[in-house]
Amino acid sequence: MGKTLAEKILSSKSGTDVTSGDIVISPVDLAFVQDTTGPLTVREFLNNGFEKPANPSKTVLFIDHAAPSPNSQLSTDHITLRDFSQKTGCVLSDAGDGVCHQLVAENIAAPGDVIVGADSHTVTAGGLGAFATGMGSSDVAVAMALGKTWFRVPETIRIVCTGQFPKYVYAKDLILHLIGLIGADGATYKALEFAGETVDNMPIADRLTIANMAVEAGAKVGLFPSDEITREYLKAQGREDNYQPFAADSDAVYERTVNIDVSELEPTVSKPHTVDNTAPAKDLKGTKIQQVAIGTCTNGRIEDFEIAASILKGRKRHPSTRLLITPASRTILKQMIKKGYADILLDAGAIILPPGCGSCLGLHQGVLGDNEACLSTANRNFKGRMGNPNSFIYLASPATAAATALTGEISDPREVL
Amino acid sequence: MHGKAFKFGDNISTDHIVPGRLAHLRSNLPELAKHVLEDADPTFASRVKEGDFVVGGNNFGLGSSREHAPLVIKMAGVSAVLAKSVARIFFRNAINRGLPVLICDTDKIDDGDELEVDLKEGTIIDKTNGNRLVFNKIPDAMLSILNEGGLMPYIKKYGDFQM
Repeated sequence: MGKTLAEKILSSKSGTDVTSGDIVISPVDLAFVQDTTGPLTVREFLNNGFEKPANPSKTVLFIDHAAPSPNSQLSTDHITLRDFSQKTGCVLSDAGDGVCHQLVAENIAAPGDVIVGADSHTVTAGGLGAFATGMGSSDVAVAMALGKTWFRVPETIRIVCTGQFPKYVYAKDLILHLIGLIGADGATYKALEFAGETVDNMPIADRLTIANMAVEAGAKVGLFPSDEITREYLKAQGREDNYQPFAADSDAVYERTVNIDVSELEPTVSKPHTVDNTAPAKDLKGTKIQQVAIGTCTNGRIEDFEIAASILKGRKRHPSTRLLITPASRTILKQMIKKGYADILLDAGAIILPPGCGSCLGLHQGVLGDNEACLSTANRNFKGRMGNPNSFIYLASPATAAATALTGEISDPREVL
Repeated sequence: MHGKAFKFGDNISTDHIVPGRLAHLRSNLPELAKHVLEDADPTFASRVKEGDFVVGGNNFGLGSSREHAPLVIKMAGVSAVLAKSVARIFFRNAINRGLPVLICDTDKIDDGDELEVDLKEGTIIDKTNGNRLVFNKIPDAMLSILNEGGLMPYIKKYGDFQM
């Protein structure tokens, strides 16, 4: 019987032949934490008598969620992480380097890897064909200590995408549409595996956007096959030797298959307060937006700012709408400057924030006021997510976000341009 | 286990349970625990008593990987979370913290009902309306962790995964 991508990766990594439903003990290629989950991980690790991670060079502490720190308590948490890194030799990625998931994609994740991170959006590296999943602080502390973890091998829902995206419709619209279709718990405990001609030709930036949001349907992983596009990406990152091809077998067994013709999609928006509460952007015309945020681990890559800059070039943001730009890494910020996008966005009235999680989780850098609405390219619109339970968050693509920044209300980019 | 049901709706996220804006309190757990479930019900923390139950609908605990979510629910004295379905990371985190998560038809439980839960028998008796509910068996791998009181006690005892 053939194997799904999830079965294949977990079999290959654990050295045992596993199928969905099995319990597997797997080595981990990378265990990481960030600054809001890491301090608890470090305390659990040390309080339970562990001294050093099994693989310090494969253990990374990212300071990205509150970076630079907005208050003394979080600054002290950052010290906990820096001290632990210094004492144990594990890797520190400090404020300003960027969001953990982007840095994992740029520098670490390889096809066939098993990656655990104390952050739910660890699934992002599935875009490169890594079995990457989010866990809590205790699980990651144990993975750090033992160099392994346990999984239940997930059943897989296969998402087959065909056709070409219409103008101003993107991977983000596809994943929002899919979550609207199957629901915020439509893939709970499952793997999502993406396939089809659209996926075969899809750039890595788009694969990362889609994999990033797999958890918003409840999925354990969002997996893409690794192919020549993956190889090219890794080559550009100077690590072509990390490439290995992984693909599901043609006779793999899926729990179900969902077919999506992307040529029929349109700019899509998730309305407050759940990601599956989707609607076409054009139906939300007239919804006033006080803040537009473009960035995060979902859509903070150079391709996203290229789209935003192409729409905002020579134009100004609406006077009632703040425009926040948060590159997902330092490398991306440098590219933005080099390619002239930073100038275009600043001339349009944008605020460029330091690489990191920015306003996404309500700690700093764009907390919403009472009754304000934000349209964001992030992945989550839960009540209170951006720091205020009395505010409203809409999720969309960078193009819809840029169009909305121009008009001050939710706008379908096709109607603005 | 015996206590009162605190009923919540569908899709109670980890942001409802411990909002991101309180991240600065995550190294001060007693202070963080005062805000448990604040964005779903601001009165919950002051009303919940030792032994009570958090009763959710579908997809309880969706969202972030923050283990602080089940941790503060446990610190509030809650003896188990009951829900129609639960998000994956929250489920694993709760078990890792020794907090049982029981999947059952919570439509049959009303807010304020007195519940009697028998973990071994797999039953929930709603003493207020007389309903007897059966909850799904907790998977063996997770039960072995729960039986030790959580992941860290489990690893301390066995030194490794024994599954």
